[in-house]
Amino acid sequence: MNDPLDSIVAQALAQFAVLEEPAQLEQAKARFLGKSGAITDLLKGLRDLPADEKRVAGASINLAKERIEQGLSERREAIAQARLDARLQEEALDVTLPGRRRGAGGIHPVIRTWQRVESIFRSIGFDVADGPEIESDWTNFTALNNPENHPARSMQDTFYVDAKDASGLPLLLRTHTSPMQVRHARTHTPPVKVIAPGRTYRVDSDATHSPMFHQVEGLWLDEQVSFADLKGVYTEFLHRFFETDALRVRFRPSFFPFTEPSAEIDMMFDSGPLKGRWLEISGAGQVHPAVIRNFGFDPERVIGFAFGSGLERLTMLRYGIGDLRLFFEGDLRFLSQFG
Amino acid sequence: MQFSEHWLRSMVDPDLTTEALSDLLTMSGLEVETCEPVAPPLDRVVVAAVLSVERHPGADKLAVCVVDAGEGATRTIVCGAPNVRAGLRVPCALPGASLPGGIEIAVAKVRGIESSGMLCSARELALSDDHGGLLELAADAPVGQSFAAWYELDDHRFLIKLTPNRADCLSVLGVAREVAALTGATLVPPPTTAVPASHDRRHPVRISDPACGRFTGRVITGVNPAAPTPEWMRRRLERAGQRPISALVDVTNYVMLELGRPLHVYDLDRLQGPIDVRMGRVGERLELLNGQTIDLAPDLLCICDERGPIGLAGIMGGESTKAGDATCNVFLESAFFAPEAIAGRARRLNFTSDASHRFERGVDFDNNRAGVERATRLILDICGGEPGPVEDLRAGVPLRSPIALRPERARRVMGVPVSDAEMVAIFERLGLHPETEASGVIHIVPPSYRFDLAIEEDLIEEVARVYGFDRIPAAPPRAPARMLAAPETQRSLHALRARMADAGFQEVINFSFVDAAWERDFGAGSDAAIALLNPIASQLSTMRTTLMGGLVANVKFNLNRGATRARVFEVGRAFLRDGSAVDGPFAVAGIRQPQRIAAAACGPLDEELWGNTRRNVDFFDVKGDLETLCAPLVPRFVPAMHPALHPGRSARVELAGEVIGWVGELHPQWVQDYQLQLVPVLFEVDAEPLQRLRFPVSAEVSKFPAVVRDVALLVDESIHAQDLLDALETDRPTSVSSLSLFDIYRGSGIPEGRKSLAFRVVMQDTQRTLTDVEADAVRSWIVSVLKQKFGAEAR
Repeated sequence: MNDPLDSIVAQALAQFAVLEEPAQLEQAKARFLGKSGAITDLLKGLRDLPADEKRVAGASINLAKERIEQGLSERREAIAQARLDARLQEEALDVTLPGRRRGAGGIHPVIRTWQRVESIFRSIGFDVADGPEIESDWTNFTALNNPENHPARSMQDTFYVDAKDASGLPLLLRTHTSPMQVRHARTHTPPVKVIAPGRTYRVDSDATHSPMFHQVEGLWLDEQVSFADLKGVYTEFLHRFFETDALRVRFRPSFFPFTEPSAEIDMMFDSGPLKGRWLEISGAGQVHPAVIRNFGFDPERVIGFAFGSGLERLTMLRYGIGDLRLFFEGDLRFLSQFG
Repeated sequence: MQFSEHWLRSMVDPDLTTEALSDLLTMSGLEVETCEPVAPPLDRVVVAAVLSVERHPGADKLAVCVVDAGEGATRTIVCGAPNVRAGLRVPCALPGASLPGGIEIAVAKVRGIESSGMLCSARELALSDDHGGLLELAADAPVGQSFAAWYELDDHRFLIKLTPNRADCLSVLGVAREVAALTGATLVPPPTTAVPASHDRRHPVRISDPACGRFTGRVITGVNPAAPTPEWMRRRLERAGQRPISALVDVTNYVMLELGRPLHVYDLDRLQGPIDVRMGRVGERLELLNGQTIDLAPDLLCICDERGPIGLAGIMGGESTKAGDATCNVFLESAFFAPEAIAGRARRLNFTSDASHRFERGVDFDNNRAGVERATRLILDICGGEPGPVEDLRAGVPLRSPIALRPERARRVMGVPVSDAEMVAIFERLGLHPETEASGVIHIVPPSYRFDLAIEEDLIEEVARVYGFDRIPAAPPRAPARMLAAPETQRSLHALRARMADAGFQEVINFSFVDAAWERDFGAGSDAAIALLNPIASQLSTMRTTLMGGLVANVKFNLNRGATRARVFEVGRAFLRDGSAVDGPFAVAGIRQPQRIAAAACGPLDEELWGNTRRNVDFFDVKGDLETLCAPLVPRFVPAMHPALHPGRSARVELAGEVIGWVGELHPQWVQDYQLQLVPVLFEVDAEPLQRLRFPVSAEVSKFPAVVRDVALLVDESIHAQDLLDALETDRPTSVSSLSLFDIYRGSGIPEGRKSLAFRVVMQDTQRTLTDVEADAVRSWIVSVLKQKFGAEAR
């Protein structure tokens, strides 16, 4: 009694299994479940059966119909899956090809150092100042307690330009960033806590000197800022800048007109290619009372320290660069290493 | 300041190794630049006596010597030196010795005769270049003793880099004084005992200018000018970097190095009439000892006799009265000249001298007499002679006022609790004779040899230095924590740099002074450019008014080295003469120094990669980079000409009505002249306007859908897109939320001389959905505005 139904189901499933196109599958479906399909015919034949037989036979036919429908839907999914698989395979890329890009730019290594120095000092509350590079004699020398006849003022050391200030003295290219101490301090009230990175100029050009270079000036004035604080701040700065505690720092007496006591700061790495050599890294000291007065403050009340370091020097030590001239040649092969 | 360790240790001999002594000096502020042995080690080289000399039977120029090297038995040594003779004491290298030039001494046969050692010249021992013969040693040189020890070759040459304030250390005595203060070792100064006069001959001196504070002199007659300078003195002078000249000159140099007391020795018989110390006069000339003839001036202090100037005071003596080979009677000068009367003069005359170096920094004005007595003793010992009386004229030496040190202030400045007693002890060790008031204030009268002590800070520095900088703790900084936040509307230069780097540009740093030709070709014109008065090279002679020259050079440099593309930028100042610029807290009158951002790009737009656009960068790429740099600020571009740029491909950049810079293709003329294989597109803008941002204000976002209309219009080719966009800004309906130019078309279907511009207008209302009727009305408004103003036709 069930044999014909089973064979219809088997026939339907066998037909579905070989079809690859959804349209063909729909046609095959019509042959069994359509208006004149095999199953539909059987259902029509139920009309002539007595009621109790009709119920039993109807149930069997419906069961067969469900099996066909299930087979149909499985086949539909299989076809869709196969199509998706084919498409995905077709769309596969060589993902190892390089991505499209413009090519990387980068920041100059000296400016990298500048930015690191700024961020280190900002982290303990230092402001950052910037100002003119063509300076007056007063701001670059006199205000900083530089005597009139000092050799630094000579044309062998300082670049002068074809322009004069109000008192008739020729303007010059600042020889250090220290004039920014003067300009910043004169427009602020203590506590004054500032660094001033920037370009500086001296008449000097050989393998280890560039006529233009960069310095960073630091100034901290308050009522109790001592030489011990200078040692603390600068030592910590070097440890943070070089990201190591394996370096030694020494302060030794020196002379600058604008500080007293004055110190030359040397550092020594405990490891690496420069290990074991004292390297000059900065000039520093307690700001000279005459300079404090030129800032417009009372040296009895206000004391503090200043330092000046070469950014090229810090950069060369940090990245192991041997030749100062590389910084100013604009060779992309060199510069792009610091991108 | 250069000197030998032995010389220093003859005055102060602390229990320190050479290295420890060197460190001590460096750490007290006398930076030791170099400290080297005066000679390489000379093992198995001894003092030997030549007992007999016979001619070598097989060679005319060789001698066979019997030598006593202090070993009991004698040695036979073959020697070729011309000055070998019996009785000579010479250095002898024994077999096994290895000499500086790499010569290994061994027993060897020389023309058939066995030679067991080598007699040495100065050059063979690397003591000097003298190879004229054997180094002849004094007749009492101890036979058998190590030559190195006897010749003091275990000595070191110290070179100290003195800071300009420490003129007191420009002598061995000065350094010794410092070492004694730092170590507590006893100071034994050289003897300066008075040498009594043996006759009454004097030479008259007049001081006519107070810049000469003191003039001490003495006549010495009957000296032997040919007397040789003794070995010990030559050695000390040579190790101090002085070339021995003649005994008389060597003695003055020796005393200068020893005591820091410059002296001058005149040939007494060549002086005509009294000496007068006065300022030079216009028209006077003087031939100096270095052969240079100078024109005198009223600010050059001179030593004169009746004929006129015979020396430049404190700087250099004159040729006419110098002590020479035939000088038998001398006049010794030991003077004090004020530093300000000497400073800068030698430099102005393009030379320097040991005397001027000292006088311009300050020379002890209390050791004039000691210097004369010391020199007299040495001259008498070496050259013989009869001294006259010492004459000592004083016209006024510097006053030394007491300086007060408040120990409390010293502790505050140093940041370390040094006790009052320790400060007093430091001053005592420095020989400053401190006196303490009841209040604790310490008073010092600076000694005549210290020119760097005038104010309290100078004394604090002395305390800190001798106490030891290394003993001052490195204190962790302590201060009230203040927050330092930059205003939100301020953009840093570093942020702008980051944008440029992100857009594929590499930062460069170019010199601020450039070739004048660059300024002429690229710059704002010669009126604005500022020249350097003393450039180091002609191509670095003018302050740049534009950063473009440097960038063009960067491009060329890299293309010449095989680069196929270059994208560079620089942030830095330009310098422009500007009469309207006034002095300000951060400004210098007459000159504007704006920070600029400039960039140049050439070659393929993208890296040459498999999937990238294969076209060269053009005007609109770089304009786009500039727009991205400015964003959220929106600059305007106005067609205009710039000397550096292609006249049809350049624009002035404006922001909020203010001109901020330029963008354009490099002028074809410069592409050709500067031999560039690719055409760079450049921009240069002032950085400051880009750093000022607006505070963002929030507006309501519409919930209703936007309506979009596209409008294509035909206009004349000559009409600039910006003008159309500007026209649509006025009376713009409030419903328009954006209006953009999305296509330009020329060619088929468009009449010659015309172009088709397509605008896309987006409309939106925050309260309701706009109707098609309203949208079409806006479209018609666009068409009518552009038709009316520019003759545009809708397509």
